[in-house]
Amino acid sequence: MIGGYALVQRSEVSLKSIMLVPLVTFVLALLGSMVLFGFLGAPPLEVLYRLLIDPLASAYNISEVVIKAAPLILIAQGLAIGFRAKVWNIGAEGQLIIGAVAASVIPITFPESQNILMLPTMMLAGMISGAAWAGIAAALKTRFNASEIIVTLMLNQIAVQILYFLINGPLKDPMGFSYPQSVSFPPVAMYPLLSGDGVLRANASIFVVVLLSIVALIYVTRTFSGYTLLVGGLAPSAASYAGFSAKKAVWITLLIGGAAAGLAGVGEISGPIGRLQPSLSPGYGFAAIIVAYLGGLHPVGILLAGTFMAIVYVGADGAIIDVGLPPAAPVIFQGMVLVFYLASFALVQYRIVRIQPEARA
Amino acid sequence: MMDTIIFVLAGAFATATPLLLAAIGEAVVEKTGVMNLSVEGMMAFAAAVAFAVTYQTGNIVLGFGLAVGASVALSLVFSVLVLAFSANQIVSGLAVGILGLGLSSLVGRNFENLTMMAPANLSPPVLSELPLVGLILFQQNAITYLAFAVAFLTWWFLARTRHGRITKVVGEDPAIAHNLGFAVIRIRLFAIIFGATMSGLGGAYASTILTPGWSDGLIAGRGWIAVALVVFGTWRPLRIAFGAYLFGALLLGDLAVQATGFSVPPQIMTSLPYVMTIVVLAAVSRNALLIRLNAPVSLGQNFRPSK
Repeated sequence: MIGGYALVQRSEVSLKSIMLVPLVTFVLALLGSMVLFGFLGAPPLEVLYRLLIDPLASAYNISEVVIKAAPLILIAQGLAIGFRAKVWNIGAEGQLIIGAVAASVIPITFPESQNILMLPTMMLAGMISGAAWAGIAAALKTRFNASEIIVTLMLNQIAVQILYFLINGPLKDPMGFSYPQSVSFPPVAMYPLLSGDGVLRANASIFVVVLLSIVALIYVTRTFSGYTLLVGGLAPSAASYAGFSAKKAVWITLLIGGAAAGLAGVGEISGPIGRLQPSLSPGYGFAAIIVAYLGGLHPVGILLAGTFMAIVYVGADGAIIDVGLPPAAPVIFQGMVLVFYLASFALVQYRIVRIQPEARA
Repeated sequence: MMDTIIFVLAGAFATATPLLLAAIGEAVVEKTGVMNLSVEGMMAFAAAVAFAVTYQTGNIVLGFGLAVGASVALSLVFSVLVLAFSANQIVSGLAVGILGLGLSSLVGRNFENLTMMAPANLSPPVLSELPLVGLILFQQNAITYLAFAVAFLTWWFLARTRHGRITKVVGEDPAIAHNLGFAVIRIRLFAIIFGATMSGLGGAYASTILTPGWSDGLIAGRGWIAVALVVFGTWRPLRIAFGAYLFGALLLGDLAVQATGFSVPPQIMTSLPYVMTIVVLAAVSRNALLIRLNAPVSLGQNFRPSK
């Protein structure tokens, strides 16, 4: 109760109003950006056009959207499984890095290889190592009750240092002068491009992402395991009734989240980057948290939310150069999206009622 | 060798200061049952504002003031989400934290790689001239003394005052606190604002006094270490102060090791505080009794008075 007003849980929340939440969120976040960045000297309508329309206005831009949507959707699908079970994996960024680093060892060791099994092996290596990195948090949570939030966050920082160490040492291209980067990967280490002309950078990783999104959908809606995780997140006691231990949920969700993020890391080095380098991701691991929520923690919603977030990423990249949008714009936009999402979600769940003075305790 | 030891012992107070301020603030917030994970974002925003204002005006007091204002403004967004809208505390903290990091880059974008002079440290006559102790204890910045004073006062407030006990009751069982007639939401709001003030001071200290210069990402995970320090110190201000000093020394270990002539890859030294955080967190958390005796029972749970 604040100032005579209180939130009262709605007895029934209609599906329509839940679908409305992301829409309202987008509109508010876009309005917020127009005002903020307009205030900083970028013409508001121009900002809107650049953020939303321009990324879809050419084949090249659409291809860039696909490149950015793939990791966002993939990581968010993995994280959402954990978030539904109230397991807070905030370490996708680190799991992405470890997945990329581990997978990169293969093409760096065999730079001349023509074995077509190289990419599948890298994907497997990325998933296993990403899952193992997240598994540290699962082990510490289940054995010592250590908060997975803090452990996964710390593992992010450590992953970055491991990358820096290796890229300045064993994994560095000896012919690369002083640049800390690996040799270029051979073609068999790369995802095939979607178009043959070599101009568009979008690659087949998006198919892997869509396929895994479908698997996530089946997992969540059809299988008992997904159902239990859902119940576990809603009410811990209900999950234990079903004979499902909380420990098992922690392990499963963190391993899945880590594997998805690790695979996304492979998508970067075997996709747009083509080698190992110090910067692998513009914060996909954190942006995916927002994508997961914006998508209502639902596989289909995540597909839509990830695509939307990728559009804004691409739009902001262009607008930073052309209309003087500050480089911080995408991050601020993401923050606004999540804040507005949480606020509008609350208004769907609850009604604001005025409490009559005499009814107060 | 001796010089290096003195350097680390004295320097650890300086590097501990932002960690300690932010961790004490977060400890009080968590004592009322609210987990605010936006510490990193608040510190980063405050650090950028403090540097920008101090650089432009030359007035460090104004810089600190506006930095605290910026941090508190962010925390009010968090408060609206969590206290008014009953939104999930963890996600709300992350959201506001991301917003803070973005605003930090925005404010700092025209100040990248600029530096300025750090204000002189306090060196009280006599005391600062004492051998060893003088060098280590009595040539610190005013904010460092403030940080340790705040830790002590917070201990005293929570352990010895009526308002401190009320604060703890709100975190233990908000429903009982409410039935006893305490304004749960208002107390949580005050705690969040106090936490933001401390994070703001910590961030401002980092960019104007500790390393008086600006580059994006200057806070570099200090906010997260502060959150971990709260668990490390089991929500007790004096233990948190001890932990902050330990981590401050660890952050300096990098330079200290170099001074002794050993060659250790810098990445390993940089990772050390984070590795230590994980190890210590696991060691503390496995002791269920310790956690149960000190952790606020309602931590992370929102409270909505039905009437």
